[in-house]
Amino acid sequence: MQSDYSVFDIVGPIIIGPSSSHTAGACRLAGAARAIFNKPIDDAEIHVYGSFAATLRGHGTDKALVGGLIGLVPDDERLPRALDLAREAGLKYRFVIEEEMAAQPNLVRFEMRNANAGAYMSVSGASVGGGNIVVTRINNTALEISLKYHTLVVDHLDRPGAVLSVARILADNQINIASMNMYRQAKHDRAYMILEIDQPIECSVLLALRSLPDMSVIYIPQLY
Amino acid sequence: MYQYTCQKDIEEKTARYQISISELAARHEAEREEVDVSVVMERMQQSLAVMKTNIRTGVESVQPSIGGLIGGNAAVMYQYATADAPLGGELLARAVAYALAVTEENARMKRIVACPTAGACGVVPACLIAVGETRGLDDAALTRALLNASAIGIVIAAGATISGADGGCQAEVGSASAMAASALVEMAGGSVSACINAAAMALKNMLGLVCDPVDGLVEVPCSKRNAVGVANAIAAADMALAGITSVIPLDEVVRAMKEVGRALPYELRETAKGGVAASKTAQEIRRRISQSLAEDI
Repeated sequence: MQSDYSVFDIVGPIIIGPSSSHTAGACRLAGAARAIFNKPIDDAEIHVYGSFAATLRGHGTDKALVGGLIGLVPDDERLPRALDLAREAGLKYRFVIEEEMAAQPNLVRFEMRNANAGAYMSVSGASVGGGNIVVTRINNTALEISLKYHTLVVDHLDRPGAVLSVARILADNQINIASMNMYRQAKHDRAYMILEIDQPIECSVLLALRSLPDMSVIYIPQLY
Repeated sequence: MYQYTCQKDIEEKTARYQISISELAARHEAEREEVDVSVVMERMQQSLAVMKTNIRTGVESVQPSIGGLIGGNAAVMYQYATADAPLGGELLARAVAYALAVTEENARMKRIVACPTAGACGVVPACLIAVGETRGLDDAALTRALLNASAIGIVIAAGATISGADGGCQAEVGSASAMAASALVEMAGGSVSACINAAAMALKNMLGLVCDPVDGLVEVPCSKRNAVGVANAIAAADMALAGITSVIPLDEVVRAMKEVGRALPYELRETAKGGVAASKTAQEIRRRISQSLAEDI
Protein backbone atom coordinates (compact mmCIF):
# COMPACT_ATOMS: atom_id res chain seq x y z
CA MET A 1 0.00 0.00 0.00
CA GLN A 2 1.26 3.45 -0.95
CA SER A 3 1.74 5.71 2.06
CA ASP A 4 3.72 8.74 0.97
CA TYR A 5 1.02 10.71 -0.80
CA SER A 6 1.38 14.24 -2.11
CA VAL A 7 -1.35 16.70 -1.16
CA PHE A 8 -1.80 17.10 -4.93
CA ASP A 9 -2.69 13.41 -5.27
CA ILE A 10 -5.66 14.20 -3.02
CA VAL A 11 -6.61 17.77 -3.98
CA GLY A 12 -5.79 17.15 -7.62
CA PRO A 13 -4.90 16.36 -10.26
CA ILE A 14 -6.48 19.14 -12.32
CA ILE A 15 -8.12 17.39 -15.26
CA ILE A 16 -10.85 17.70 -17.83
CA GLY A 17 -13.82 15.74 -16.45
CA PRO A 18 -15.76 13.67 -15.99
CA SER A 19 -13.64 10.64 -15.10
CA SER A 20 -10.01 10.26 -14.09
CA SER A 21 -9.78 6.76 -15.57
CA HIS A 22 -12.09 7.15 -18.59
CA THR A 23 -11.10 10.70 -19.58
CA ALA A 24 -7.71 11.70 -18.12
CA GLY A 25 -6.30 8.14 -18.32
CA ALA A 26 -7.60 7.71 -21.87
CA CYS A 27 -5.96 10.96 -22.96
CA ARG A 28 -2.65 9.92 -21.38
CA LEU A 29 -2.74 6.51 -23.06
CA ALA A 30 -3.21 8.13 -26.45
CA GLY A 31 -0.40 10.56 -25.65
CA ALA A 32 1.82 7.61 -24.80
CA ALA A 33 0.93 5.81 -28.05
CA ARG A 34 1.66 8.98 -30.03
CA ALA A 35 5.03 9.39 -28.29
CA ILE A 36 6.01 5.76 -28.88
CA PHE A 37 5.00 5.86 -32.57
CA ASN A 38 7.10 9.04 -32.76
CA LYS A 39 5.88 10.07 -36.23
CA PRO A 40 2.96 12.17 -37.40
CA ILE A 41 -0.15 9.96 -37.35
CA ASP A 42 -2.38 10.34 -40.36
CA ASP A 43 -4.57 7.30 -39.77
CA ALA A 44 -5.59 5.67 -36.51
CA GLU A 45 -7.86 2.75 -35.78
CA ILE A 46 -8.83 2.84 -32.10
CA HIS A 47 -10.02 -0.45 -30.64
CA VAL A 48 -11.79 -0.04 -27.28
CA TYR A 49 -12.53 -2.83 -24.81
CA GLY A 50 -14.44 -3.30 -21.55
CA SER A 51 -15.74 -0.19 -19.79
CA PHE A 52 -13.88 2.03 -22.29
CA ALA A 53 -16.28 0.59 -24.86
CA ALA A 54 -19.29 0.84 -22.53
CA THR A 55 -18.94 4.54 -21.62
CA LEU A 56 -17.12 5.67 -24.75
CA ARG A 57 -19.31 8.71 -25.42
CA GLY A 58 -20.69 9.45 -21.94
CA HIS A 59 -17.29 9.98 -20.38
CA GLY A 60 -15.79 11.76 -23.35
CA THR A 61 -13.45 8.79 -23.77
CA ASP A 62 -13.71 9.13 -27.56
CA LYS A 63 -12.60 12.79 -27.40
CA ALA A 64 -9.86 12.02 -24.87
CA LEU A 65 -8.42 9.19 -27.01
CA VAL A 66 -8.41 11.25 -30.21
CA GLY A 67 -7.23 14.34 -28.31
CA GLY A 68 -4.24 12.47 -26.94
CA LEU A 69 -3.32 11.32 -30.44
CA ILE A 70 -3.10 14.95 -31.62
CA GLY A 71 -1.04 15.98 -28.62
CA LEU A 72 -3.62 17.33 -26.16
CA VAL A 73 -2.92 16.68 -22.46
CA PRO A 74 -5.49 15.68 -19.77
CA ASP A 75 -6.15 19.25 -18.54
CA ASP A 76 -6.35 20.87 -22.00
CA GLU A 77 -9.62 22.78 -22.34
CA ARG A 78 -9.69 22.00 -26.07
CA LEU A 79 -10.33 18.31 -25.25
CA PRO A 80 -14.14 18.58 -25.72
CA ARG A 81 -13.46 19.76 -29.32
CA ALA A 82 -10.83 17.10 -30.01
CA LEU A 83 -12.78 15.30 -32.74
CA ASP A 84 -13.10 18.50 -34.81
CA LEU A 85 -9.48 19.45 -34.13
CA ALA A 86 -8.33 16.02 -35.32
CA ARG A 87 -10.23 16.39 -38.59
CA GLU A 88 -8.71 19.84 -39.06
CA ALA A 89 -5.26 18.37 -38.38
CA GLY A 90 -5.85 15.72 -41.04
CA LEU A 91 -5.99 12.73 -38.72
CA LYS A 92 -8.34 10.04 -39.98
CA TYR A 93 -9.63 7.94 -37.06
CA ARG A 94 -12.12 5.12 -36.59
CA PHE A 95 -13.39 3.52 -33.41
CA VAL A 96 -13.85 -0.23 -33.22
CA ILE A 97 -15.93 -1.39 -30.28
CA GLU A 98 -14.60 -4.77 -29.23
CA GLU A 99 -17.07 -7.17 -27.63
CA GLU A 100 -14.56 -9.66 -26.22
CA MET A 101 -13.56 -9.49 -22.56
CA ALA A 102 -10.03 -8.12 -22.17
CA ALA A 103 -7.54 -8.75 -19.40
CA GLN A 104 -8.03 -5.19 -18.11
CA PRO A 105 -11.37 -3.37 -17.74
CA ASN A 106 -10.18 -0.17 -19.49
CA LEU A 107 -8.15 -1.38 -22.44
CA VAL A 108 -7.43 0.30 -25.78
CA ARG A 109 -5.36 -0.61 -28.83
CA PHE A 110 -4.16 2.08 -31.23
CA GLU A 111 -3.25 1.03 -34.77
CA MET A 112 -1.38 4.01 -36.13
CA ARG A 113 -0.15 4.71 -39.65
CA ASN A 114 2.00 7.27 -41.41
CA ALA A 115 1.57 6.91 -45.16
CA ASN A 116 4.65 8.92 -46.20
CA ALA A 117 7.04 6.81 -44.17
CA GLY A 118 5.01 3.66 -44.79
CA ALA A 119 5.06 3.23 -41.04
CA TYR A 120 2.64 1.22 -38.94
CA MET A 121 2.59 0.54 -35.22
CA SER A 122 0.14 -1.00 -32.81
CA VAL A 123 0.25 0.12 -29.17
CA SER A 124 -2.04 -1.25 -26.43
CA GLY A 125 -2.53 0.02 -22.91
CA ALA A 126 -4.87 0.21 -19.95
CA SER A 127 -6.14 2.94 -17.69
CA VAL A 128 -5.64 1.61 -14.20
CA GLY A 129 -7.37 4.17 -11.96
CA GLY A 130 -6.84 7.74 -10.81
CA GLY A 131 -5.60 8.69 -14.29
CA ASN A 132 -2.67 6.28 -14.06
CA ILE A 133 -1.88 4.17 -17.10
CA VAL A 134 0.21 1.26 -18.26
CA VAL A 135 1.28 0.52 -21.83
CA THR A 136 0.98 -3.26 -22.24
CA ARG A 137 2.02 -4.03 -25.81
CA ILE A 138 3.97 -2.58 -28.74
CA ASN A 139 3.29 -4.50 -31.96
CA ASN A 140 3.75 -8.18 -31.01
CA THR A 141 5.73 -7.62 -27.83
CA ALA A 142 3.97 -7.70 -24.46
CA LEU A 143 5.63 -5.31 -22.01
CA GLU A 144 4.88 -2.88 -19.19
CA ILE A 145 5.53 0.88 -19.26
CA SER A 146 4.01 3.26 -16.69
CA LEU A 147 5.50 6.53 -18.01
CA LYS A 148 5.69 7.84 -14.44
CA TYR A 149 9.40 8.44 -15.05
CA HIS A 150 11.41 9.73 -17.98
CA THR A 151 11.42 6.65 -20.18
CA LEU A 152 13.61 5.27 -22.95
CA VAL A 153 12.06 2.71 -25.27
CA VAL A 154 14.89 0.97 -27.11
CA ASP A 155 13.95 -1.28 -30.01
CA HIS A 156 17.05 -3.43 -30.57
CA LEU A 157 18.33 -6.80 -31.73
CA ASP A 158 18.48 -9.39 -28.94
CA ARG A 159 22.23 -10.08 -28.66
CA PRO A 160 25.04 -9.83 -26.08
CA GLY A 161 26.24 -6.34 -25.21
CA ALA A 162 23.10 -4.43 -26.18
CA VAL A 163 22.34 -3.42 -22.60
CA LEU A 164 25.95 -2.52 -21.86
CA SER A 165 26.22 -0.17 -24.83
CA VAL A 166 23.12 1.78 -23.70
CA ALA A 167 24.05 1.73 -20.02
CA ARG A 168 27.57 2.99 -20.75
CA ILE A 169 26.29 6.10 -22.51
CA LEU A 170 23.86 6.81 -19.64
CA ALA A 171 26.57 6.27 -17.02
CA ASP A 172 29.03 8.53 -18.86
CA ASN A 173 26.40 11.27 -18.73
CA GLN A 174 25.55 10.87 -15.04
CA ILE A 175 22.06 9.56 -15.77
CA ASN A 176 20.71 7.20 -13.14
CA ILE A 177 18.57 4.21 -14.16
CA ALA A 178 15.57 3.77 -11.82
CA SER A 179 14.40 0.53 -13.41
CA MET A 180 15.10 -1.54 -16.47
CA ASN A 181 13.18 -4.31 -18.18
CA MET A 182 13.79 -6.43 -21.28
CA TYR A 183 11.10 -7.91 -23.49
CA ARG A 184 11.72 -9.96 -26.64
CA GLN A 185 9.62 -11.75 -29.21
CA ALA A 186 12.10 -14.62 -29.53
CA LYS A 187 15.80 -15.37 -29.08
CA HIS A 188 17.98 -13.24 -31.42
CA ASP A 189 14.83 -11.45 -32.65
CA ARG A 190 13.77 -7.83 -32.17
CA ALA A 191 13.46 -6.88 -28.51
CA TYR A 192 12.52 -3.91 -26.37
CA MET A 193 14.59 -2.47 -23.56
CA ILE A 194 12.52 -0.18 -21.32
CA LEU A 195 14.56 2.11 -19.07
CA GLU A 196 13.06 4.44 -16.50
CA ILE A 197 15.53 7.17 -15.65
CA ASP A 198 15.74 9.83 -12.94
CA GLN A 199 17.13 12.67 -15.04
CA PRO A 200 15.79 14.13 -18.28
CA ILE A 201 17.94 13.36 -21.31
CA GLU A 202 19.71 16.04 -23.29
CA CYS A 203 19.72 16.08 -27.06
CA SER A 204 23.41 15.16 -27.31
CA VAL A 205 22.89 12.04 -25.20
CA LEU A 206 19.90 11.02 -27.28
CA LEU A 207 21.97 11.44 -30.44
CA ALA A 208 24.71 9.25 -28.96
CA LEU A 209 22.14 6.56 -28.15
CA ARG A 210 20.66 6.81 -31.63
CA SER A 211 24.05 6.30 -33.22
CA LEU A 212 24.28 2.81 -31.72
CA PRO A 213 23.99 0.12 -34.43
CA ASP A 214 20.74 -1.85 -34.85
CA MET A 215 18.86 0.28 -32.37
CA SER A 216 16.01 2.70 -32.53
CA VAL A 217 15.63 4.83 -29.43
CA ILE A 218 12.50 6.71 -28.37
CA TYR A 219 12.60 9.09 -25.43
CA ILE A 220 9.40 9.98 -23.57
CA PRO A 221 9.74 12.69 -20.92
CA GLN A 222 7.81 12.05 -17.69
CA LEU A 223 4.11 12.25 -18.62
CA TYR A 224 2.82 13.17 -15.16
CA MET B 1 10.21 14.80 9.68
CA TYR B 2 6.66 16.01 8.96
CA GLN B 3 5.37 12.81 7.37
CA TYR B 4 1.97 11.59 8.58
CA THR B 5 -0.18 8.66 7.54
CA CYS B 6 -2.68 8.44 10.41
CA GLN B 7 -4.55 10.46 13.02
CA LYS B 8 -1.90 9.65 15.64
CA ASP B 9 0.86 11.12 13.44
CA ILE B 10 -1.16 14.30 12.88
CA GLU B 11 -1.88 14.73 16.60
CA GLU B 12 1.72 14.05 17.59
CA LYS B 13 3.35 16.33 15.00
CA THR B 14 0.96 19.27 15.26
CA ALA B 15 1.49 19.18 19.06
CA ARG B 16 5.26 18.80 18.79
CA TYR B 17 5.71 21.75 16.41
CA GLN B 18 2.73 23.75 17.73
CA ILE B 19 1.23 24.05 14.24
CA SER B 20 -2.16 23.60 12.54
CA ILE B 21 -3.06 20.65 10.30
CA SER B 22 -2.78 22.85 7.20
CA GLU B 23 0.73 23.93 8.23
CA LEU B 24 1.73 20.30 8.80
CA ALA B 25 0.40 19.40 5.33
CA ALA B 26 2.26 22.30 3.74
CA ARG B 27 5.55 21.53 5.51
CA HIS B 28 5.37 17.81 4.65
CA GLU B 29 4.69 18.57 0.99
CA ALA B 30 7.56 21.06 0.88
CA GLU B 31 9.81 18.45 2.50
CA ARG B 32 8.89 15.60 0.11
CA GLU B 33 9.20 17.80 -2.99
CA GLU B 34 12.30 19.62 -1.69
CA VAL B 35 10.74 23.04 -2.29
CA ASP B 36 9.79 26.05 -0.20
CA VAL B 37 6.40 26.11 1.58
CA SER B 38 5.46 29.13 -0.55
CA VAL B 39 5.73 26.96 -3.69
CA VAL B 40 3.25 24.51 -2.21
CA MET B 41 0.86 27.33 -1.27
CA GLU B 42 1.07 28.81 -4.76
CA ARG B 43 0.33 25.50 -6.41
CA MET B 44 -2.62 24.85 -4.09
CA GLN B 45 -3.94 28.31 -4.86
CA GLN B 46 -4.11 27.29 -8.54
CA SER B 47 -6.45 24.46 -7.56
CA LEU B 48 -8.57 26.96 -5.61
CA ALA B 49 -8.77 29.19 -8.69
CA VAL B 50 -10.07 26.29 -10.81
CA MET B 51 -12.67 25.48 -8.13
CA LYS B 52 -13.87 29.10 -8.02
CA THR B 53 -14.22 29.17 -11.80
CA ASN B 54 -16.27 25.96 -11.74
CA ILE B 55 -18.65 27.46 -9.18
CA ARG B 56 -18.97 30.79 -10.95
CA THR B 57 -19.80 29.26 -14.33
CA GLY B 58 -21.59 26.22 -12.92
CA VAL B 59 -24.37 28.11 -11.10
CA GLU B 60 -25.27 29.88 -14.35
CA SER B 61 -24.99 27.13 -16.95
CA VAL B 62 -27.98 25.09 -18.09
CA GLN B 63 -25.99 23.16 -20.72
CA PRO B 64 -26.66 19.42 -20.43
CA SER B 65 -23.86 17.04 -19.44
CA ILE B 66 -22.20 14.92 -22.14
CA GLY B 67 -24.05 11.85 -20.86
CA GLY B 68 -27.23 13.92 -21.01
CA LEU B 69 -28.57 12.96 -17.57
CA ILE B 70 -27.81 16.17 -15.62
CA GLY B 71 -27.16 19.90 -16.10
CA GLY B 72 -29.17 22.86 -14.84
CA ASN B 73 -29.88 21.75 -11.27
CA ALA B 74 -27.16 24.02 -9.90
CA ALA B 75 -28.77 27.07 -11.52
CA VAL B 76 -32.17 26.18 -10.09
CA MET B 77 -30.73 25.60 -6.62
CA TYR B 78 -28.66 28.78 -6.67
CA GLN B 79 -31.71 30.82 -7.61
CA TYR B 80 -33.66 29.20 -4.76
CA ALA B 81 -30.83 29.70 -2.27
CA THR B 82 -30.59 33.41 -2.90
CA ALA B 83 -34.24 34.35 -3.59
CA ASP B 84 -36.27 32.08 -1.31
CA ALA B 85 -36.10 31.14 2.34
CA PRO B 86 -34.38 27.73 2.30
CA LEU B 87 -35.28 25.43 5.20
CA GLY B 88 -31.63 24.88 6.17
CA GLY B 89 -30.70 28.54 5.78
CA GLU B 90 -29.05 30.43 2.92
CA LEU B 91 -25.54 29.08 3.55
CA LEU B 92 -26.47 25.40 3.30
CA ALA B 93 -28.62 25.95 0.19
CA ARG B 94 -25.85 27.96 -1.49
CA ALA B 95 -23.24 25.32 -0.62
CA VAL B 96 -25.51 22.62 -2.08
CA ALA B 97 -25.88 24.72 -5.25
CA TYR B 98 -22.08 24.97 -5.48
CA ALA B 99 -21.63 21.20 -5.15
CA LEU B 100 -24.15 20.66 -7.95
CA ALA B 101 -22.35 23.36 -9.98
CA VAL B 102 -18.91 21.74 -9.77
CA THR B 103 -20.18 18.22 -10.48
CA GLU B 104 -22.26 19.43 -13.42
CA GLU B 105 -19.22 21.23 -14.83
CA ASN B 106 -17.25 17.99 -14.43
CA ALA B 107 -19.92 16.13 -16.40
CA ARG B 108 -19.68 18.80 -19.14
CA MET B 109 -15.99 18.03 -19.69
CA LYS B 110 -14.82 21.23 -18.01
CA ARG B 111 -11.44 21.56 -16.26
CA ILE B 112 -11.90 20.50 -12.62
CA VAL B 113 -9.85 19.47 -9.60
CA ALA B 114 -10.28 15.83 -8.56
CA CYS B 115 -10.91 16.14 -4.81
CA PRO B 116 -10.13 13.43 -3.91
CA THR B 117 -11.68 12.03 -7.14
CA ALA B 118 -13.50 13.47 -10.14
CA GLY B 119 -16.73 11.81 -8.97
CA ALA B 120 -16.54 13.58 -5.59
CA CYS B 121 -15.12 16.85 -6.92
CA GLY B 122 -17.98 19.04 -5.64
CA VAL B 123 -17.98 18.55 -1.87
CA VAL B 124 -14.78 20.26 -0.73
CA PRO B 125 -14.94 23.35 -2.99
CA ALA B 126 -18.63 23.86 -2.22
CA CYS B 127 -18.14 23.77 1.56
CA LEU B 128 -14.99 25.87 1.64
CA ILE B 129 -16.02 28.55 -0.83
CA ALA B 130 -19.58 28.95 0.51
CA VAL B 131 -18.39 29.27 4.11
CA GLY B 132 -15.49 31.45 3.01
CA GLU B 133 -17.92 33.89 1.39
CA THR B 134 -20.19 34.01 4.43
CA ARG B 135 -17.26 34.60 6.78
CA GLY B 136 -15.35 36.95 4.48
CA LEU B 137 -12.21 34.77 4.30
CA ASP B 138 -9.45 35.46 1.77
CA ASP B 139 -7.75 33.11 -0.69
CA ALA B 140 -4.89 32.43 1.71
CA ALA B 141 -7.34 31.09 4.31
CA LEU B 142 -9.10 28.95 1.69
CA THR B 143 -5.77 27.63 0.41
CA ARG B 144 -4.84 26.60 3.95
CA ALA B 145 -8.26 24.93 4.28
CA LEU B 146 -7.52 22.90 1.12
CA LEU B 147 -4.23 21.77 2.68
CA ASN B 148 -6.06 20.75 5.85
CA ALA B 149 -8.55 18.78 3.71
CA SER B 150 -5.75 17.05 1.83
CA ALA B 151 -4.12 15.92 5.10
CA ILE B 152 -7.34 14.13 6.07
CA GLY B 153 -7.55 12.71 2.54
CA ILE B 154 -4.01 11.36 2.85
CA VAL B 155 -4.91 9.62 6.13
CA ILE B 156 -7.92 7.98 4.45
CA ALA B 157 -6.01 7.03 1.27
CA ALA B 158 -3.13 5.57 3.28
CA GLY B 159 -5.36 3.67 5.72
CA ALA B 160 -8.22 2.63 3.43
CA THR B 161 -9.02 3.82 -0.11
CA ILE B 162 -10.41 6.80 -2.00
CA SER B 163 -11.52 4.77 -5.01
CA GLY B 164 -15.19 3.98 -5.66
CA ALA B 165 -14.21 0.81 -7.52
CA ASP B 166 -12.46 -0.41 -4.35
CA GLY B 167 -14.64 0.98 -1.56
CA GLY B 168 -17.88 2.33 -3.00
CA CYS B 169 -19.10 5.93 -2.71
CA GLN B 170 -18.21 6.07 1.00
CA ALA B 171 -14.60 6.15 -0.25
CA GLU B 172 -15.29 9.03 -2.64
CA VAL B 173 -18.06 11.34 -1.34
CA GLY B 174 -17.49 9.96 2.18
CA SER B 175 -13.80 10.86 2.07
CA ALA B 176 -14.54 14.25 0.51
CA SER B 177 -17.09 14.97 3.23
CA ALA B 178 -14.61 14.08 6.00
CA MET B 179 -11.96 16.25 4.35
CA ALA B 180 -14.37 19.19 4.09
CA ALA B 181 -15.57 18.80 7.69
CA SER B 182 -12.04 19.05 9.06
CA ALA B 183 -11.17 22.00 6.80
CA LEU B 184 -14.31 23.89 7.86
CA VAL B 185 -13.37 23.49 11.51
CA GLU B 186 -9.91 24.97 10.91
CA MET B 187 -11.49 27.84 8.92
CA ALA B 188 -13.77 28.56 11.89
CA GLY B 189 -10.81 28.63 14.27
CA GLY B 190 -11.35 25.18 15.82
CA SER B 191 -8.56 23.07 17.33
CA VAL B 192 -6.65 20.19 15.72
CA SER B 193 -8.64 17.75 17.81
CA ALA B 194 -11.94 19.34 16.74
CA CYS B 195 -10.84 18.98 13.09
CA ILE B 196 -10.11 15.29 13.57
CA ASN B 197 -13.39 14.74 15.40
CA ALA B 198 -15.31 16.46 12.61
CA ALA B 199 -13.61 14.21 10.02
CA ALA B 200 -14.35 11.09 12.06
CA MET B 201 -18.02 12.00 12.49
CA ALA B 202 -18.48 12.91 8.83
CA LEU B 203 -16.87 9.69 7.57
CA LYS B 204 -18.81 7.57 10.07
CA ASN B 205 -22.09 8.95 8.73
CA MET B 206 -21.17 7.87 5.21
CA LEU B 207 -20.14 4.26 5.94
CA GLY B 208 -21.82 1.80 3.61
CA LEU B 209 -22.62 4.31 0.87
CA VAL B 210 -22.59 2.38 -2.40
CA CYS B 211 -21.26 3.42 -5.82
CA ASP B 212 -24.05 2.80 -8.34
CA PRO B 213 -23.67 5.16 -11.30
CA VAL B 214 -26.55 4.96 -13.80
CA ASP B 215 -25.18 3.65 -17.12
CA GLY B 216 -21.69 3.94 -15.59
CA LEU B 217 -21.74 7.73 -15.98
CA VAL B 218 -20.48 10.16 -13.32
CA GLU B 219 -23.87 11.90 -13.28
CA VAL B 220 -26.71 10.10 -11.47
CA PRO B 221 -26.68 9.77 -8.49
CA CYS B 222 -23.17 11.26 -8.14
CA SER B 223 -24.02 14.96 -8.50
CA LYS B 224 -26.70 14.93 -5.78
CA ARG B 225 -24.60 12.70 -3.54
CA ASN B 226 -22.00 15.48 -3.56
CA ALA B 227 -24.72 17.81 -2.29
CA VAL B 228 -25.47 15.46 0.59
CA GLY B 229 -21.74 15.20 1.32
CA VAL B 230 -21.82 18.98 1.81
CA ALA B 231 -24.72 18.87 4.29
CA ASN B 232 -23.04 16.07 6.20
CA ALA B 233 -19.72 17.95 6.35
CA ILE B 234 -21.35 21.12 7.68
CA ALA B 235 -23.32 19.16 10.32
CA ALA B 236 -20.19 17.29 11.45
CA ALA B 237 -18.11 20.49 11.57
CA ASP B 238 -20.77 22.25 13.63
CA MET B 239 -20.97 19.33 16.05
CA ALA B 240 -17.20 19.36 16.50
CA LEU B 241 -17.12 23.15 16.95
CA ALA B 242 -19.85 22.82 19.58
CA GLY B 243 -17.48 20.52 21.48
CA ILE B 244 -18.95 17.15 20.57
CA THR B 245 -16.37 14.39 20.08
CA SER B 246 -16.50 11.19 18.04
CA VAL B 247 -16.71 8.13 20.28
CA ILE B 248 -14.81 6.16 17.63
CA PRO B 249 -11.42 7.73 16.76
CA LEU B 250 -10.73 8.68 13.12
CA ASP B 251 -8.11 5.94 12.61
CA GLU B 252 -10.65 3.29 13.63
CA VAL B 253 -13.36 4.81 11.43
CA VAL B 254 -10.93 4.70 8.49
CA ARG B 255 -10.22 1.03 9.21
CA ALA B 256 -13.97 0.36 9.46
CA MET B 257 -14.49 2.10 6.11
CA LYS B 258 -11.90 -0.16 4.53
CA GLU B 259 -13.60 -3.28 5.93
CA VAL B 260 -17.06 -2.11 4.82
CA GLY B 261 -15.63 -1.48 1.35
CA ARG B 262 -14.27 -4.99 1.27
CA ALA B 263 -17.66 -6.36 2.30
CA LEU B 264 -19.49 -4.44 -0.43
CA PRO B 265 -20.43 -6.76 -3.28
CA TYR B 266 -18.88 -6.14 -6.70
CA GLU B 267 -22.27 -4.93 -7.99
CA LEU B 268 -22.09 -1.92 -5.66
CA ARG B 269 -18.57 -0.79 -6.49
CA GLU B 270 -18.77 1.38 -9.63
CA THR B 271 -19.81 -1.47 -11.92
CA ALA B 272 -23.28 0.00 -12.63
CA LYS B 273 -24.79 -3.41 -11.90
CA GLY B 274 -26.50 -2.72 -8.57
CA GLY B 275 -28.20 -0.03 -6.48
CA VAL B 276 -30.10 2.62 -8.44
CA ALA B 277 -28.05 1.67 -11.53
CA ALA B 278 -30.07 -1.57 -11.60
CA SER B 279 -33.44 0.19 -11.25
CA LYS B 280 -36.12 0.02 -13.94
CA THR B 281 -35.61 3.68 -14.92
CA ALA B 282 -31.85 3.23 -15.11
CA GLN B 283 -32.31 0.23 -17.42
CA GLU B 284 -34.50 2.32 -19.70
CA ILE B 285 -31.92 5.14 -19.74
CA ARG B 286 -29.25 2.60 -20.58
CA ARG B 287 -31.27 1.21 -23.50
CA ARG B 288 -31.91 4.70 -24.83
CA ILE B 289 -28.23 5.72 -24.67
CA SER B 290 -26.90 2.54 -26.29
CA GLN B 291 -29.47 2.91 -29.08
CA SER B 292 -28.35 6.46 -29.93
CA LEU B 293 -24.70 5.34 -29.78
CA ALA B 294 -25.40 2.49 -32.21
CA GLU B 295 -27.08 4.93 -34.62
CA ASP B 296 -24.08 7.28 -34.52
CA ILE B 297 -21.28 4.80 -35.11
